[in-house]
Amino acid sequence: MTKPHTIGKRVLRLEDGPLIRGRGRFVDDLKFAGMLEASFVRSPHAHAAVRHIDTDAARRLPGVHAVFTCADLAPALTQERLPLQFRTDQLPADCAPPVLAKDEVAYVGEPIAVVIAQSRAVAEDAAGLVAIDYEPLAAISDCRVALRPDAPLAHRAKPSNLLIEFRQSYGDIAAAFGPAPHHARVNLKQHRGGAHSIEGRGAVAVYDLNEDRLTLWSSTQLAHEVRAFLMRLLRLDENQIRVVAPDVGGGFGAKFVLYPEEVALAVACLRLRRPVKWIEDRREHFLAAVQERDQYWDLEVSFDDEGRLLGLRGELIHDQGAYTPQGINLPYNASTGVTGPYIVPAYDLRVRVVETNKVATMPVRGAGYPEAAFAMERVLDRIAGALHLDRAQVRRRNLVPAEKMPYVTPLKTRAGSPVALDSGDFPRCLAMALEAIDYAGFAERQRAAWVKGRYLGIGIGNGVKGTGRGPFESGIVRIGRSGHISVYTGAMPMGQGIKTALAQICAEQFGVTADNVTVVAGDTAVIPHGQGGFASRQTITAGSAVHLAALAVREKVLSVAAHLLETGVEDLELHDGRVEVVGAPGSGLTLRQVAEAVSGVPGYAMPGKFEPGLESLQSFLPNSLTYGMGCHAVEVEVDIETGGIRILHYVVVNDSGRLINPMIVEGQLVGGTVHGIGNSLFEWMGYDDSAQPLTTTFADYLLVTATEVPNIEVHFLECPSPLNPLGVKGVGESGCVPAAGAIVAAIEDALSPFGVTISEYPVTPARLFGLIAAARS
Amino acid sequence: MKLPPFEYACPTSISEAVALLASHGGDAKPLAGGQSLVPMLAFRVASPSLLVDLRKLAELRQIRITDNGVTLGAMVRWREILDDARLRTAHPLLVAAVEHVAHYQIRNRGTVGGSMAHADPAAEMPGIAVTCEAQIAVVGKSGARVIEAAAFFQGPLMTALRADEIITEIRLPQWPAKRRFGFQEFARRRGDFAMAAAAVFYDEDAGKLARNAHVGAIGVADRPLRLNAVEAVLDDNTIDDSIIAKAEAAASAAVDPADDIHSSGAYRKALIGVMVERALKGAASIG
Ligand SMILES: Cc1cc2nc3c(=O)[nH]c(=O)nc-3n(C[C@H](O)[C@H](O)[C@H](O)COP(=O)(O)OP(=O)(O)OC[C@H]3O[C@@H](n4cnc5c(N)ncnc54)[C@H](O)[C@@H]3O)c2cc1C
Repeated sequence: MTKPHTIGKRVLRLEDGPLIRGRGRFVDDLKFAGMLEASFVRSPHAHAAVRHIDTDAARRLPGVHAVFTCADLAPALTQERLPLQFRTDQLPADCAPPVLAKDEVAYVGEPIAVVIAQSRAVAEDAAGLVAIDYEPLAAISDCRVALRPDAPLAHRAKPSNLLIEFRQSYGDIAAAFGPAPHHARVNLKQHRGGAHSIEGRGAVAVYDLNEDRLTLWSSTQLAHEVRAFLMRLLRLDENQIRVVAPDVGGGFGAKFVLYPEEVALAVACLRLRRPVKWIEDRREHFLAAVQERDQYWDLEVSFDDEGRLLGLRGELIHDQGAYTPQGINLPYNASTGVTGPYIVPAYDLRVRVVETNKVATMPVRGAGYPEAAFAMERVLDRIAGALHLDRAQVRRRNLVPAEKMPYVTPLKTRAGSPVALDSGDFPRCLAMALEAIDYAGFAERQRAAWVKGRYLGIGIGNGVKGTGRGPFESGIVRIGRSGHISVYTGAMPMGQGIKTALAQICAEQFGVTADNVTVVAGDTAVIPHGQGGFASRQTITAGSAVHLAALAVREKVLSVAAHLLETGVEDLELHDGRVEVVGAPGSGLTLRQVAEAVSGVPGYAMPGKFEPGLESLQSFLPNSLTYGMGCHAVEVEVDIETGGIRILHYVVVNDSGRLINPMIVEGQLVGGTVHGIGNSLFEWMGYDDSAQPLTTTFADYLLVTATEVPNIEVHFLECPSPLNPLGVKGVGESGCVPAAGAIVAAIEDALSPFGVTISEYPVTPARLFGLIAAARS
Repeated sequence: MKLPPFEYACPTSISEAVALLASHGGDAKPLAGGQSLVPMLAFRVASPSLLVDLRKLAELRQIRITDNGVTLGAMVRWREILDDARLRTAHPLLVAAVEHVAHYQIRNRGTVGGSMAHADPAAEMPGIAVTCEAQIAVVGKSGARVIEAAAFFQGPLMTALRADEIITEIRLPQWPAKRRFGFQEFARRRGDFAMAAAAVFYDEDAGKLARNAHVGAIGVADRPLRLNAVEAVLDDNTIDDSIIAKAEAAASAAVDPADDIHSSGAYRKALIGVMVERALKGAASIG
């Protein structure tokens, strides 16, 4: 390839201008004539039988147009539950949530009825008037307790709370543990809270009687899938439903699923023939948007005198919540992600996915990889401690060396392909991070601080993230008669800057700057197929699709121009949006002239028998995941009297393959790392023993704010991926994968004079204070 | 999270405001900055039938500094306290505490009167009022009265205010220029309500002995506390490391915070000791 023209440049994000000027358009900005608003009646009980629902008083309130319960919606639906969204025969169909609960509620916040009124305020007033006769049932909160035979059942009719059990296993685990000189046991509780994008969920359903078409505007990460499920549930065809995601104010995974509210809204709109809007408020997000929440890990490791891993085995118990809208990819990723960038000769993990009376869990940015990385990093720190080895040294001895790439493990991704580390130089990533944080000089800094009664610690965390999940993403590149270049894609922007990246990739082929390309995404009307935004995939999948489409259009532009100019393609070059004859500046044709030529003149033949238009639709189908590596090194100070934790220095080294836009990649890494800091130190979605949520406001559930974010120093290692034509790897989630491992290790190191062991996050000052007190006594 | 229905009134005199409150028989609420009340409405934990907006009562907006001390009108905003250069000498402890109140946007709206009436046990202003023995002037349908801060706070979100009364001003006694003071707070994030905070001051006599020690604790009980036991440790002593260590222990011993979802009582008990210790070190310029 010749020297790139726009790829690799820190191009300002095309998205930002309109957003900063207040010209963004989010779901709640949409207003339609006659629009009504919805409010959902939600269960205050973690578990209860619903004996009777009385909606009379609510219906009578002035301004109320309708109140729908499950019984009211059922006739319009092909089924009362949502379909299980990752089709599988391994899970029972009845694990998916109902559209509206009928005779049993299984978590606080579960929707039971929807009120449609002239305004949200009236709808909320009416929702308070819906009288529901509940018979409270015993609720199960803790997923470990849920496995006991005498535990309350999350659902009355089910025989147990165990949703599914599976194993990840390879190598001779018995042999690995038999004669091994050293063993250690690590028990962990991991907690990752919820998603908490600035914009919550929300949708507006609009029915056009003349076109017989329902349009659902939804703040979603998967417009095409939402359309497909609604077609199925509502018996519609493609012409009868369009799903559009306008500007989306973040998703982090929680919008990568069809929700009951979207279905209820669509039915309400079809029934009332009026536009209906629902905007999730923050309390609803706390109660009813998916979370990632709790995992309990019990691991045993065997290792040799040098600290090399011989075998790793144990158990993982995952809190699934009351329902499974999508699948069990979260615990699955966690179980296959453990070995990460390391060589683990034998591995055996028993995974139990357990239902509880809490809202469903599903991947939130990181999707099980942060938990997997944390588990592994804790294990390695334990090995270092047991052998009195340097923690970086233990890691160097276990990392997959660059010369072993590609490194194929015996593990399988959920799509069935092997977990194969495709490229990278992990030891180099580690070395860069150690250098940047002056690891060598730390012991001296720590000693000097001790003299002043201050406690500094350093921690290292590595993590890989499988990125670019298939099966495909699509992209159309079109040069219209105006000569303007447009990209249409099934990918989903939600704040990452993907439109800018796609514009750069496309612009590259036409020698123009990215702002000459319009990217339209998130609309089922503009492209037939799409998968949406998840798994750090879009630059890989949509990027490659757009790249292929741009190449195809470029080729056609050159062929048409060669025909028109009566010369050979090899004599032409394309730059600045013009086709020129080599060596004759100012010669040739503009893209507009080329586009006009293949638009045809009524009644006349097409020039050169070309098909009309300058357009190509391409899909990119990745064969397997490409793995990005991150190494975080963190220096912290712990105030041992208050348990206060301050991050002094934070270094991120990341291999994201080839960088399309280093500025965007850096932003994603910083954002992901901040997310990881939140997980490590702040974010906690608490439930009491009866599964009542305890932290349902931002006063109790703490997000990281600007004052807690240290300066995060980002370095890149660019090892191009061999698995896609652009050589890119995903980065959206990468920042949060190694964070907790590194931060917790640094805190533990700061407290090494007291011998504190930390096996749980978030690490709050109060908890840390308790650990210090316990260690001191 | 939309507000329940209510009537709204925006009186232009205090008497009108009081009359409006009285006319609704306990079901009306004054509205000041709205930073606590409006969220409570949105969560529907409060649903008064009438909101009486105090924003047009200009007489409640004043900060007066006289030989008798500092008088803050109930509608004085946090921002106005921080912007008033006179207060940095007239009442530096107040300023130090208010710097910990909430965030920029909230400080632009939140008022001292609202904070006093809201009576959050972890709020700074009530803690300062109690520590400094402030007087709270109120007016109701049966006239004006003055309530001592110590008697004003009666529990979490509970005060001696009657339903028809509004706070008009908070009077902080005169602050000698040479007074030593310290304010220390531990919060999870900057601007959050305190996990624990300590406000201390004392005067020094000619022999450098502490006199008139006042120690207040915030966030460790159902209301702000004066810690008399700690004051006894300080009074008539030179404030040095050993006295401070005793004060720290006495502060922890004096409180018995309950466990909550964010921390054990034991943590807050220890934390208030540390805050008192650090505040005293600051006051005595040690360390
Ligand atoms: C995110 C956030 C963080 C915060 N952090 C802090 C913090 O760290 N520290 C802190 O102290 N506060 C904090 N606050 C609260 C803030 O300081 C509020 O402004 C304050 O508690 C209430 O003042 P207000 O003027 O907004 O009162 P409002 O919300 O208008 O009213 C509060 C209550 O006082 C009553 N009231 C108001 N004025 C009078 C009056 N003159 N007479 C009688 N009754 C009256 C009202 O009827 C109501 O019951 C925070 C608030 C938010 C939203």
